[in-house]
Amino acid sequence: MGSHGIKDRVAIIGMGCTRFAEHFDKGADELLVEAANEAFTSAGLDKDTVDAYWVGTAQSGMSGMTLSKPLELHDKPVTRVENMCATGAEALRQAAYAVASGAYDTAMAIGVEKVKDSGYQGLNAFPIPNDGTPRTLTAAAMFSMVVPAYADKYGVDPAELRRALARIASKNHYNGARNPRAQFRKETSVEQITAMPPVAGVLSVFDCAGVADGSAAAIVCRAEDAGRFTDRPVFVKALSLVAGNGRPLADPAYDYTTFPEIVACAADAYAQAGLTDPRRQLAMAEVHDCFTPTELVLMEDLGFCERGTAWKEVLAGAFDLHGDLPINPDGGLKSFGHPVGASGLRMLFECFVQLRGEAPPERQVDVSRGLALTHNLGGYPGEMVSFVSIVGTDGGR
Amino acid sequence: MRGILSHAGYLPYRRLDRAGIAAVAGTGGGRGTRTASSYDEDTTTMGVEAARLALRAAPGFSPAALVFSTTRPAYADKTNATAIHAALRLDPGVVAADQCGAVRSAVVSLRGALLSSEAVLVVAADERTGLPGGPDEAGGGDGASALAVGDDTDGPVLAEFLGSASATEEFLDRWRAPGEQRPRVWEERFGEGRYTALGEQAWEAALKRSGLEAGDVAHLIVTGTHTRAVATVARRLAGAAAVADELLTSVGQTGAAHPGLLFASVLDTAPPNRVIALVSLADGADVCFFRTTEALASFVPARPVATQVAGGGPLSYGKFLAWKGLLTVEPPRRPEPARVSASAAARRTPWKFGFVGSRSSDTGDIALPPAVAGAGGPLEDLPMADTQGRVATFTVDRLAYSPSPPVVFAVVDFDGGGRLPVELTDVDPDGIAIGDRVEMTFRRLSSADGIHNYFWKARPVRG
Repeated sequence: MGSHGIKDRVAIIGMGCTRFAEHFDKGADELLVEAANEAFTSAGLDKDTVDAYWVGTAQSGMSGMTLSKPLELHDKPVTRVENMCATGAEALRQAAYAVASGAYDTAMAIGVEKVKDSGYQGLNAFPIPNDGTPRTLTAAAMFSMVVPAYADKYGVDPAELRRALARIASKNHYNGARNPRAQFRKETSVEQITAMPPVAGVLSVFDCAGVADGSAAAIVCRAEDAGRFTDRPVFVKALSLVAGNGRPLADPAYDYTTFPEIVACAADAYAQAGLTDPRRQLAMAEVHDCFTPTELVLMEDLGFCERGTAWKEVLAGAFDLHGDLPINPDGGLKSFGHPVGASGLRMLFECFVQLRGEAPPERQVDVSRGLALTHNLGGYPGEMVSFVSIVGTDGGR
Repeated sequence: MRGILSHAGYLPYRRLDRAGIAAVAGTGGGRGTRTASSYDEDTTTMGVEAARLALRAAPGFSPAALVFSTTRPAYADKTNATAIHAALRLDPGVVAADQCGAVRSAVVSLRGALLSSEAVLVVAADERTGLPGGPDEAGGGDGASALAVGDDTDGPVLAEFLGSASATEEFLDRWRAPGEQRPRVWEERFGEGRYTALGEQAWEAALKRSGLEAGDVAHLIVTGTHTRAVATVARRLAGAAAVADELLTSVGQTGAAHPGLLFASVLDTAPPNRVIALVSLADGADVCFFRTTEALASFVPARPVATQVAGGGPLSYGKFLAWKGLLTVEPPRRPEPARVSASAAARRTPWKFGFVGSRSSDTGDIALPPAVAGAGGPLEDLPMADTQGRVATFTVDRLAYSPSPPVVFAVVDFDGGGRLPVELTDVDPDGIAIGDRVEMTFRRLSSADGIHNYFWKARPVRG
C-alpha cells in the first residue's frame, strides 16, 4: 500500500483552546480569534509569520474567509475543510502535509463550530436537497443499537452493561470537573446516570455528548525547525483517515459491535507510528465519546483491549484518569460538548499539554511512555469517517 | 364475459373505541370501534395498500388504466393516482387518473370500468371524520378498496357483470367545503325520502337491464353516508337476499372506499353462481348486478377483509385527535424536515415509490437503496416491496423529529438477502423484538412546503 506516513517529520509547536460552552455572547469570529491568539502566543509567532492556514468547520462558515476575515490576514492561503466530526483533525492533517512537503514553513490548523445560534435542540445538520428517503434518526438512536448487540454477542447482563456505560460517562465527568475549559464541570455518579430516563434506546441524555460552541488551534512546522520555537515540541507520528463506504449498513453480517472504519484506520496509524501494542505503548488517548457505547466499542476497535472485554476493563477502572491507560483525561466530548470543527483539535490540545507535563496537577497523567493518540469519528455505525493521530515527545532522530 | 378479476379491502391498523369519546368531547361516541388511519397514512397510501393486495392475489392482471377516487385527495391540481401507479410499478403506458372529490365518484368509476372494454384497476380510499363529539367522527371510518375489472382475456372472471342503472338527482343531503374538516348534513328525513325513491328507481331499471328478477339476488350490499336511508332501502329491497354487514360497528362508514370494501368482503366468502347486488346511495343511486363464477372458488384473497376487521390495535382518543389535526400537540424543538427535492426524487422514483433496490449481477450483493451505476459491476433492478424480513436489531428514538414521536426504528434483514435500517410503523415502542417478522408498507413520512414525502416503512406481519 502507498500510505507511508510522515513519522517524526512534523512537530506541533504551539496550541490554543477556548473554553467550550453555550457561548451566546460569542460568535464563530470571536472564538476563532481567541483560539488563534492563544496558539500564536504558545508558539511565539503571529498571524503574519504563520505561512498557511487550514480552518475546519462543518457548518459555521464557508471558504477560507471564515478565518481570514476575523483574523484580518494579509494575502494568506486559507482553506476551509470539512470531514464531519473529523473536521478539526482534517485541518491538522492538511497543515502537517503542507509543512512536510516543504511548501510552507509554518502552518496553523484551527477548528471552530458555532452550534448555539440555531435555537434548536441537539446537533442538526442542514440537509442537502434529496429525494426524502434518507434516514432521519438521531445519531444517539443509531449508536444506541450497539448496546443490545454487544450484550447479546458477548453474553453481558444488560444491567451490568448499563452500569459500564454509565461508568464511562461518570469517568469523563470526573475528568471534566478538573478542567476549567470544559462545558460541564460537575462530577456525576453511576447511580445518577442510570436513574435517568431513556431518550434513545437505553441511552439517557447523560450517555450523550452535549452541545457547545468552541474553537481550538495548533501550529505546526517541520521537525528540524521545531527547536526555534519551543524546547518541548510534540512530534506527529501518524495521521490516518478512512472514509467508509456504507456497505456495513447493507451487510447482514454486520453486527453493530464494531466500527470497521476505526479498525482499518487504527491499523494504518499504528503501522505509520511503528506501534505494536498500543495498550502498553500509549500514555493516554483522546477518543470520540459522542455516546457511551461508542467509547466502549472504541476501546476494542483501537486495540486497547480484547473483543468483548471492554465493559469489564471499564468497570475495573483501567481507563480512569490514573488507570492503566487514561482515556479522555480532559473530560472528553461528554464534558466539552461537540463543536464539530473544534473537537479533533481540542483532543490534540490535551495531548500537547499532558505530554509536555503542563496539565494542572489534579489532571496530569503519567506520560513516561511519551506517546498519545487522538481519535475522531463522524457518521453512524456502518457509515463513518475515522481519523487517528499519534503524537509523541521523542523526535526519533 | 366481463367483470371483477380481483378484489381487496385495506383497513388501517388502529382502532378508536367509540366509548372513549364522550368523556373527552363531552358528547358523542357510541359502541364498537372505528378504524383510524395512522399519522403516516393518507388516502393515497391506503389506496396503494389495497391495490397491492388486489394485484398480489391476481399477479397476471395487467391494467391499461388505474382510476382513483376519494373525498380527501392528498393533492389538489396534482394527480394522486400517479403516486399509486409508481408504487405499483406499472408500465408508463398505463393511464393513472383521479376521480376525486365526491363519495359517489368511486362507484361511478367502477361503473365506467365495467362498461369499458379495458382492464382497469379501480382504487378507492377515504378518511372520514367530523368535529369532536359529532356523528361523523363516531360513525366514520378510514379504509381503502381495490377492484380489478376486465374480461376473461385479462384473467379468470370471479364475478360477471350483469348490468347496472343509475338515478341521478341534484339535492342537498351532505356537503363540505374543500379543505374543511367538518362535513355538514341537511335534516335526515329529507335525505331518507330522496334516497329511498332514487334507490327503488335505479333498482328496477337495473333489474330490467340485467334480465333479472328481484328474487334472483342472493347477496344485497347497500352502502351510503346516510345511515337511515341505507337501512330503509336495504329493508325494502332485500327480499330473501342476505344483506351484507356494513361493518359500521367495527370499521365505520368509509365513504368513497365503502362500496368496494363491502363488495370485497362479500366476494371473500361468497359461493359461486350467486347474484350480488351493489347499491350505492350518494347524490343519486347506482345499482350494479354481478354473478359469482366457479373461478371464485379457487381465488385466494391476499388478505381477507374479515381478517383485517378482526385484527387491529387500540388508539387513544387524544392521539386520534392529534393525528386528525384536531389537536395541535407541541412539537419537539428540532428543525422540521426540509421539503423533498422534485428532481432528486424523480431520479429515484423506482426506489422512493416502488422500493426497488439493486442486485449485483456479478456478486449477488443486494443494495437498498440501489447502488450507483458505474461504481462497481453490472446491476439488476430488484423489486423488494413484497419481500418480508426479520428484525435484526431495533431502537426507540425519543429525540428525532416525527409527526408522532417516538420513532421506532429497526435494522431489517430481508428474506433472500438485503438489509435496510428503516422506520417501523403500526407498532408500539414496547411491541417490537429481535426476530419479529416485518413487511413493507407505503407511507407518507412527512410534508413540507405542501409536498408530501412518500416512502416505505416496515410493520409487523400480522396475517
